Amino acid sequence: MHWSTIIYCGIITYLTRFSMIFLLKEDILNDKTKKILSYVPSAIFPAIIFPPIFLDNTGSLDIENNPKIIAAIVAIIIGYFSRSIIATIFAGLISYFFLIFVYYQ
Amino acid sequence: MTKSKIFFKGILDVGPLMIPVVPFGIIYGVIGMELGLSAYMTLGMSIIIFGGASQIVLLQLFSGGASSFVTITSVGAVNSRHLLYGAVFAEYLSHLKITWKIILSYVLIDQAFAVSNTYFKNNKENEYKHYHLLGAGFTCWIVWQISTILGIVLGSVVPEELGLSFTISLTFLALLINDFRKFKNIIVMLVSGVVATIGYNAIPFQAYIIVAALSALLVATLLTLTNLKKN
Repeated sequence: MHWSTIIYCGIITYLTRFSMIFLLKEDILNDKTKKILSYVPSAIFPAIIFPPIFLDNTGSLDIENNPKIIAAIVAIIIGYFSRSIIATIFAGLISYFFLIFVYYQ
Repeated sequence: MTKSKIFFKGILDVGPLMIPVVPFGIIYGVIGMELGLSAYMTLGMSIIIFGGASQIVLLQLFSGGASSFVTITSVGAVNSRHLLYGAVFAEYLSHLKITWKIILSYVLIDQAFAVSNTYFKNNKENEYKHYHLLGAGFTCWIVWQISTILGIVLGSVVPEELGLSFTISLTFLALLINDFRKFKNIIVMLVSGVVATIGYNAIPFQAYIIVAALSALLVATLLTLTNLKKN
């Protein structure tokens, strides 16, 4: 990792925050554009979530006896009902630890 | 209300939203250390970028050996949602000097936007309302830096066998819990996840995050447009 990469990432991140405040006098984005931008987390986060769960170290699909899939499902269920970020993370982590250190041993 | 009262209102309003930020920052710090970054670099990213989700994406792409171009583009894509925040706040902040705009932009993150947006809507006429964003934003900043440091300290003692890289997936999953009940969001999520999983090996230069995100956003656009026609 180079500092220059971090600094460029910092600049581009800052510009996503500053550009609209600097350029616009009033809110001109129409409802359609706002609605689409509101989908950005749903469009990006799964691209980060899925591959490490479903692929093994060699990059092949790993669906059978995969503790990460089961732990992720537990986390989704807990998240759905609790709506708590912390409960979701811990439910997934605890079930993952249980599976790899107890169940599969 | 005076400036300082508005400033403290910002701190109080954003306080509860800081509870999940702490473990998120710790996880970021731990993973940074486990990937072999120096403590300076791990903390430096928190100060220079100051965006949790994008920092973790940066770490993940770094560990996968992505080029700087792909890394920077992916970080930009993850943070493109801030364009929305800026556009919404533009009219509330348009009367301010450029110095204020420069400072407030630095702390315009998800949590600060959420609470200050509510405050701005209810206090449109107050000329000092931007102090609310200042209070909320710098509270987020301090909490994020402290949790990063906690993570850096813990990262040097947490054993690798714990499989903490799985917490990256879990943390992002947790950030989506409010969208689990929305059918269209679930479709968008599945498109993104499936394209990324298939594309992980098939798409060169670790560009799978960008390709998956763009495909999913295209689907989101189609879903939005068809919905508006019906209305």
